[in-house]
Amino acid sequence: MTTQVNGLDSLALRADDMATQNNSENLTADKHQDVEVLETIGENILENPKFSTRNVNVFYGEKQAIFDASLDIGQNEVIALIGPSGCGKSTYLRALNRMNDTIDSCRVSGQLKLDGEDIYDKKMDPVLLRARVGMVFQKPNPFPKSIYDNVAYGPRIHGLAKNSTDLDEIVITSLERAGLFNEVKDRLTAPGTGLSGGQQQRLCIARTIAVSPEVILMDEPASALDPIATAIIEELIDELRENYTIAIVTHSMQQAARVSQRTAYFHLGKLVEVGETNLIFTNPRHQLTENYITGKFG
Amino acid sequence: MNNTETVKNSLKKRYAREKRFQLYGRMAVWTGFIFLAILLFDIITKATPAFQATEIFLDIPLDPVTLELQADTQLDEETLRAIDYAGLIKKSLRQAFPEVKKRKDKKLLYKLVSSGAEFKLRDMVINNPQLIGNKPLSLWVLADDDVDTFYKLETVTSRIKEQQIGFIDKLKQDDRIRTSFNTTFFTHSDSREPEQAGIRGALMGSFWTLLVTLLISLPVGIAAAVYLEEFAPQNKFTDFIEININNLAAVPSIVFGLLGLAVFINFFGIPRSAPLIGGLVLSLMTLPTIIISSRAALKSVPPSIKEAALGLGASHMQTVFHHVLPLAMPGILTGAIIGMAQALGETAPLLMIGMVAFIVDVPGGFLDSATVLPVQIYLWSDSPERAFTALTAATILVLLGFLAVMNAIAIYLRKHFERRW
Amino acid sequence: MNASALIFIIIGLSLISYFSGRHRASVSAKSQTLIALPKHYGYMTAIWSGLPALLLIILWAMFKPAYLHEQIIQSLPASVILQAQDQLDLYVNSINLAIENGEPVEDPIMQKAMESYQVADSNSKWILTTLVFVIGLSGIIFSLTGALTKVQARVKVEKVIRIFLMLCSAVAIVTTIGIVLSVLFEALRFFEAVSFFDFVFGTTWSPQTAIRVDQVGSSGSFGAIPLFVGTILISLIALIIAVPIGLLSAIYLSEYASAKFRAIAKPALEVLAGIPTVVYGFFAALTVAPFIRDVGQSIGLTVASESALAAGIVMGVMIIPFVSSLSDDVINAVPQAMRDGSLGLGATQSETIKQVIIPAALPGIVGGVLLAASRAIGETMIVVMAAGLSAKLTANPLEAVTTVTVQIVTLLTGDQEFDSPKTLAAFALGLMLFVTTLVLNVFALHIVRKYREQYE
Repeated sequence: MTTQVNGLDSLALRADDMATQNNSENLTADKHQDVEVLETIGENILENPKFSTRNVNVFYGEKQAIFDASLDIGQNEVIALIGPSGCGKSTYLRALNRMNDTIDSCRVSGQLKLDGEDIYDKKMDPVLLRARVGMVFQKPNPFPKSIYDNVAYGPRIHGLAKNSTDLDEIVITSLERAGLFNEVKDRLTAPGTGLSGGQQQRLCIARTIAVSPEVILMDEPASALDPIATAIIEELIDELRENYTIAIVTHSMQQAARVSQRTAYFHLGKLVEVGETNLIFTNPRHQLTENYITGKFG
Repeated sequence: MNNTETVKNSLKKRYAREKRFQLYGRMAVWTGFIFLAILLFDIITKATPAFQATEIFLDIPLDPVTLELQADTQLDEETLRAIDYAGLIKKSLRQAFPEVKKRKDKKLLYKLVSSGAEFKLRDMVINNPQLIGNKPLSLWVLADDDVDTFYKLETVTSRIKEQQIGFIDKLKQDDRIRTSFNTTFFTHSDSREPEQAGIRGALMGSFWTLLVTLLISLPVGIAAAVYLEEFAPQNKFTDFIEININNLAAVPSIVFGLLGLAVFINFFGIPRSAPLIGGLVLSLMTLPTIIISSRAALKSVPPSIKEAALGLGASHMQTVFHHVLPLAMPGILTGAIIGMAQALGETAPLLMIGMVAFIVDVPGGFLDSATVLPVQIYLWSDSPERAFTALTAATILVLLGFLAVMNAIAIYLRKHFERRW
Repeated sequence: MNASALIFIIIGLSLISYFSGRHRASVSAKSQTLIALPKHYGYMTAIWSGLPALLLIILWAMFKPAYLHEQIIQSLPASVILQAQDQLDLYVNSINLAIENGEPVEDPIMQKAMESYQVADSNSKWILTTLVFVIGLSGIIFSLTGALTKVQARVKVEKVIRIFLMLCSAVAIVTTIGIVLSVLFEALRFFEAVSFFDFVFGTTWSPQTAIRVDQVGSSGSFGAIPLFVGTILISLIALIIAVPIGLLSAIYLSEYASAKFRAIAKPALEVLAGIPTVVYGFFAALTVAPFIRDVGQSIGLTVASESALAAGIVMGVMIIPFVSSLSDDVINAVPQAMRDGSLGLGATQSETIKQVIIPAALPGIVGGVLLAASRAIGETMIVVMAAGLSAKLTANPLEAVTTVTVQIVTLLTGDQEFDSPKTLAAFALGLMLFVTTLVLNVFALHIVRKYREQYE
């Protein structure tokens, strides 16, 4: 915890420094200035990525939400997607597990590959894809079922448990990994909707883990939670990194700094800059990224 | 991850279940359609015969000798009324079928023509006494309903006799029998004889009854909606009113009939079978519908308009009546039309208050005895003659036609005049 | 004078009042500032002239028959009054007829009664006319005085309008009270003749009444159980048809159907609800019932020509839109987040619907089914035309049964006295019907409302 706080302080200091610097000198000579982003700056391509996306465009009817984004996500890393509101971060995330399919007017083009397989290929089954790529939503959405049944839902429909003892094991392990088991172990039959906001979100995480996905997509998972619950979730993400690849959309730069190894900055649907989290926040290479980080907008 | 394999294996069954589920859903929707289609098809098929009436061509002798008139008798109405028109018709039938001699056969012959034909003839002569002369009057008269049924549907029932079939064949050969559009259906009111029965009485009855319903339920409904939406304080009394309105909307219609019987007829002494009482009962039933839809229309007017009016110094009531109400009018009228359409089809409560008698005269006002279209349908569907079945089905089509038009107008109103704020 | 002439006079006096008041006010406007528009003063005086008078006439018209009826009875000597109720009513009826026809009568008692009726009638008319004139003129007189402009005309007028609006909305309460009282009153009279216990638990329904005066309701049996069973049997058949079709249709249309299909299909199903029930009755009686009978007979079953099955099936078709409409609403109300959560885990759409959405929407669906059931129980025309009159106690849908609503109609559309136990039985049945549907409706609305709160 202490290191994180120090990190925050140094980040704030750096931001202030940069602001004063920019105001006094023209240090921006080597920064990319174009408001028209022609190419993504930084390390958006990796070797052996878990997820590999190239030239992704997403349209809602006539309106285009994502412009030509190419980004790789590495194995067992946590990548944060940041940017101002409404700039397509959630849209991009939802393209990764084909949740955009549920919206009639939504069209996705480009190449998106999971472990080298094109996920938008006609032969790729969205059901199967979503068993491998799970999602946690902004507002906790537990089913109106018991805590046990919430977590058991996924394994049940996919037939992952051979018998009820197996299922019990899966549920308990998932709840433990989500850091919720100790708080609910005496009331597994209580309705999931009766938990607090933070507990509900952890329940949703447990629910997602129960299906043993390879990737977990998180769409602003802590934005509806109080600071303590948020802190618990952030610690959880760090632990989950051991077993899963995680992509997290977040509004909070501090959160991105705390939990992720790489960060991608989206601006009005364009992927502007990608890089190691520390470097992005201390030395952004694009003017737009710097403007966002120093709080000039968003 | 080995889970992928497990999931893959489960997919086939799951997708099969998915397909089946969709299939059930689709089947359910189509079953609904099919029911509707069968219903409409059945009624249309049953109704088609009713729109055609069979007529027989007769040459009716109108010379003074046959009429048994003295040479200098005044052709005033009294004399004209006294003429035995039935006899004239019988004579013309005998003239058309000179070979029929036996009394029994003659009776069957006379039965070919509708019993109402004599009245039509009489009315023609009274309106035009010049017809009396040596030239016989050639006239298409209505055939009796048994002949009508046989001729149109070509089915032999027990009501038509051998000899009559022979007579009809001869008429066919002589081109003295035809079907033409059944205007009687629209110009006459109820009758014991199917070929003379029409819906004019029921149509007028429905008109008067709906008029009463509209005149009562629309103002009261709008007033109540305005009060509840704009002026009512948030207290228990208002809640109680709203609960009552919602409950009334779901009370079975027959209970309203009981109310009408006990209170309007017995206590207030309003005459039974009158459109006034029918309208009173129906307006109580339509009131919840109009109140609920009017409230929705009033609610949809944006508060900014009210605020603008109030800001100019208008009182609350002036704001409502000068601004809110006119803007909500399309929605209110739509609800009113739909309410009237529902009221048009109501039968049960009107049975209770007596609009079920056999009424031959066309009602001319609120207090004349009357019946309404749906009750007419109910009464006729009990009759055994096949011709009445066709009439009933045709009446149903007329009723459905009115409902379709009313609903279409309501939808048109909604589309074209309701502004989207 | 009669009521219509009086109404014209009231209108006339009110108009004069209006113009007088308005004129006076606009004249005053030249010398002082008014606190309302002249027309408001006009309205105020017009209301003053017209409204009380109008109310008076309405009250008079409503209560006159009862009052005059009392007058007649009071004028009759004791010997006549002590007759049995039927005889007395007959007597009074003949008096009424004589009055209507204006024929002279021979019986001196009747003569006296007629005279006292006419006296009372003309007295009441005179009083009414006088009052109307007094009220009407007072309004005009007031409008001519100087006190007119001192009144806050617009405020007062608006107050009157507001009271009028409130009364209009109170009509709903009055109607409910009217229904409860009228049904209850007559039903209680029925329970004086036939015990409540016998009615609710008796198993023989054979409503005969006394032919002779001294046989008081002894030969009829009014056990309503066969009616209840018949009602439940037909309603059950209707629900068995309507609930699966309605629910599955709602699911398909809201979850699977394309927007175009839904735009056509939903109104098409609503049409089923718009068709008058008498049309369904016709269809049931003349097409469905014979069809079922023929099919049944061809497989060797004995089917009545007015089977419960026929009525039940057609009623079910009529109820489909009730179930599907309400279910559609509640299914759409389930938040998208829930669907996303399930789909995100890799569930198929049918699994999401069956395991997440329907359980979430279940209270609302149950509410809808209860409302549909209440509609089925209260339905009249289909069963009157297609179900029978024989009060058989059976669970076999191929037989003819009768229902509560059929009996209400039958008992009240014959030619009988209003007070015989036979017709009063109709009110007792009406009471049972009203209470049952009320309980079902309240319960159903309660469930649906509680469910909506869950998601808002």
